[in-house]
Amino acid sequence: MNEKVGVYVCHCGTNIAGVVDVESVAQWSAETLKNRDVVVGRDYEFMCSSLGQELIQNDIKELGLTRVVVAACSPHLHEQTFRTACDRAGLNPYLCELVSIREQVSWVHTDKSAATEKAKAVISGGVERVLMHEALEPLQVPIHPATMVVGGGIAGIQAALEIADAGRQVYLVEREPSIGGHMAQFDKTFPTLDCSACILTPKMVSAGTHPNITLLTWSEVENVDGYVGNFTVSVRQKARYVNIDACTGCGICWEKCPKKVIDDVYEAGFGQRKAIYTPFPQAVPKYPVIDVENCIYFINGKCKACQIFCPTEPNSIDFEQEDQLIDIEVGNIILATGFDLFDSTRIPQYGYGKLANVFSSLEFERMCNASGPTNGDIVMRDRKTTPKSVGIIHCVGSRDKNYNEYCSTICCMQSLKFAHLVIERTGAEVYNFYIDMRTAFKDYEEFYQRVLEEGGHFIRGKVAEVTDAARTPEEEGKLIIQAEDTLIGRQRRIPVDMVVLSAGLEPRHDAKEVAKQFGIACSANSWFIEKHPKLDPVSTMTEGIFIAGCVQGPKDIPASVAQGAATAARVLARIQQGEISLEPVRASVIEEKCSGCRICNDLCPFTAIIFHEDRMVTEINPALCQGCGTCVAACPAGAITGTGFSDEQIYAQIDGLLMLNLEQPLEAVAG
Amino acid sequence: MKKYAYFPGCSLEKMAQSYHMSAMETTRKLDIELQELDDWNCCGATAYFHVDEILAYTLTARNLAMAEKAGLDLVAPCSACYKNSYFTNKNLKQDPDLADHINYALEEDNLSFSGSIAVHHLMEVYVHDVGLEEIKAKVSHPLKGLRVAPYYGCQIMRPRKDHEDIESPQFFEDLLSAVGAEPIDYPGRLRCCGGSLILTSRDAALNMVYILLQSAVDRGATVIATACPLCQVNLECYQQQVNQEYGTNFSVPVLYFTQLVGLAFGVPPKRLGIGRELVSTEEVLSYIEEGEPYE
Repeated sequence: MNEKVGVYVCHCGTNIAGVVDVESVAQWSAETLKNRDVVVGRDYEFMCSSLGQELIQNDIKELGLTRVVVAACSPHLHEQTFRTACDRAGLNPYLCELVSIREQVSWVHTDKSAATEKAKAVISGGVERVLMHEALEPLQVPIHPATMVVGGGIAGIQAALEIADAGRQVYLVEREPSIGGHMAQFDKTFPTLDCSACILTPKMVSAGTHPNITLLTWSEVENVDGYVGNFTVSVRQKARYVNIDACTGCGICWEKCPKKVIDDVYEAGFGQRKAIYTPFPQAVPKYPVIDVENCIYFINGKCKACQIFCPTEPNSIDFEQEDQLIDIEVGNIILATGFDLFDSTRIPQYGYGKLANVFSSLEFERMCNASGPTNGDIVMRDRKTTPKSVGIIHCVGSRDKNYNEYCSTICCMQSLKFAHLVIERTGAEVYNFYIDMRTAFKDYEEFYQRVLEEGGHFIRGKVAEVTDAARTPEEEGKLIIQAEDTLIGRQRRIPVDMVVLSAGLEPRHDAKEVAKQFGIACSANSWFIEKHPKLDPVSTMTEGIFIAGCVQGPKDIPASVAQGAATAARVLARIQQGEISLEPVRASVIEEKCSGCRICNDLCPFTAIIFHEDRMVTEINPALCQGCGTCVAACPAGAITGTGFSDEQIYAQIDGLLMLNLEQPLEAVAG
Repeated sequence: MKKYAYFPGCSLEKMAQSYHMSAMETTRKLDIELQELDDWNCCGATAYFHVDEILAYTLTARNLAMAEKAGLDLVAPCSACYKNSYFTNKNLKQDPDLADHINYALEEDNLSFSGSIAVHHLMEVYVHDVGLEEIKAKVSHPLKGLRVAPYYGCQIMRPRKDHEDIESPQFFEDLLSAVGAEPIDYPGRLRCCGGSLILTSRDAALNMVYILLQSAVDRGATVIATACPLCQVNLECYQQQVNQEYGTNFSVPVLYFTQLVGLAFGVPPKRLGIGRELVSTEEVLSYIEEGEPYE
């Protein structure tokens, strides 16, 4: 061997130096590991600082180092820093190894001498490993300049518009007949109380007419192939049974359609639509769809009222239309598939679905909406009587270990908005039952104060039950909300006419399958996981897939819009670069050793593994592989090897850790 | 024949003898043997776990260990016995250190706890182990038209055990339907009966009993069915006091579910302990349809 290895030990202020004797570790490395090709060992206060990096770079130039080991923090933090430093000094970045003596040593031990010995062992392992390293070159792949946005709510619309405005092609895929998402259902938005539709529809119209946006509504992604820069997505465009080239969106078809259907999606079960419908008047696109499950013609072959009354020439109704599968090539994908509302029937003691005048938050949004089923009148289930008192229950299904432990973040403000609307429109007494009031962010607390001044009642306590069983004459005919008022320390029973349940947000029911389809990770409760919770909130661990809005976790409109725009910025930067260099740390299959057992096939979290039925061997797509090593470890034949984590490298590192590389191995350390 | 270790608990010795009698009669009809633990002891009731947890666990674990020795799952008809036995079994299984501690004491008695058996409430045996179809098949005198308020009480459901939908269980209703009765829906079905507060805070407990009785009567109950001796006492024996306190006129019988099941199975009322109660059950008996003659 004639390598020249430099070992650099970081103090990290007192983070490491407070526990590990860094000077003696550096000295030991230079002396004891001399016959393992270590030619220099240094310690420095902050290795990651410019001066620290220059120290390494000078040694590379002056001492002719061929390998570098940095003993500092976790590779998650600074691996890139030191690789780049080596690169600048002319050393292949993959010949630099970062070993952690902070997270794995100084932060987890208190015995200083044992910790110092352990640091030596960790460095010894790093030296042995880096001696086995090879120079690697990153893989360059071109970036297709088009982008797919999945989900046409406000987050997706924002992302699509930003990219399209920058002159790039966007495919906006939406499952429902119109874009708009949940925001299209709302009446007012907190805390400014501006009309939701008034601020949303201009964006919807822009998205619908933008020359760079291809709208694919009533469509779902069926399959995703490829990798960052080069995805092929097949999208199923469901048959609308309406010829959009002829249709003018005049609305005669749904006016004449004799079949009324309860609209569980847009009207949240509170209103009706027809079997041929657009979900709401400002729908984009304007073309209706036929709901075949309810259409009389599709059920028994009779009716055709829509076709008969359609005034266009040629007729727009086409009962023979079929689903279309479209393959679309894009470089990046943004997922903005949103949330589902918590199903309040899961908390039977709140009476939703059993007691008529208990409403869900989305039902109440529709009730408040001027174009909703009651034209904006706040009325009881009989659709006539104005309530004289309304109870609003916060945290329904949220902050509750029986359902969801997380806070849904929007419900406090939404409940305040409801309280305001009830007071403004009906003058009724409003009782808010809350656990904690969470009015973070700009102008939110002020809105809370405003509702307090308007005379809203606030009772701090989790509601035990909503019942119609009266105990006193005043309770007769009312819904009684029983709760412990934790501010006065007493049980209270408050009779009201109407109850609104501020239900929490949940991941889409099919979130897990969608995550799998796009090869990204989701948390135990199915929110999609960002690459870094603070510093990279819209990327995912899969290159080229970004997330925006509630798909990542509950958030309000401003946050969703910000994330939509953030993903657009990330994607545009990628497109601007033209190509992307991929980490060369990845797995590959040695075909001669592969027995075709397929054990690895289902393990890959990035769907990078392809099985060739004809040759009965497995192959790994290098652009999709993220180098996690799962398949390498799983392969019973040892047929999968990872650049940067080969068996030889791992064994060498273990030998080093155990000090088997020394002529006289040390006593067991850090026992 | 299915066989269980049977832990009747103190109530069934005296106050709730009718529960014991009817449990024996009906399980026999269902081809179930309840083999009473030879030398069972108190479950610790409401108080002991708050006085000395370790001793309370030891006490309850002794019953479990005896059932383990017999190799049989343990059945408790009393909800308090059930709750204490259930959580002792669960907690000792989850905490081997605690189990070691308890076993050190049990050794004195040549017993040991290993967590090898399950603990059931008697009603669970009917609903889950036997099954409603089997029960239906045994009904000879369906309780047609009898409006029964199923009263779960608290400890059969709470604290949360690992099964059943705690907030809206249906198994009691299902069991009553299976014997031909008409279970009514009423708001009190899962409420507390006042428990032992009746001794320490009489007004508070009487109010709870009052609310329960009122809500059952409001919905037209002819009889309240219960699965717990303490619930039975509070609801029946204190009716007179509720009437005095609240100016009401309640006279609603409170029977164990086993007594109603027994009637539907054609067991003569006397053998089910019917006739010993403070509130007359005459109206209930009038609903029993003519079926095959009583054995």
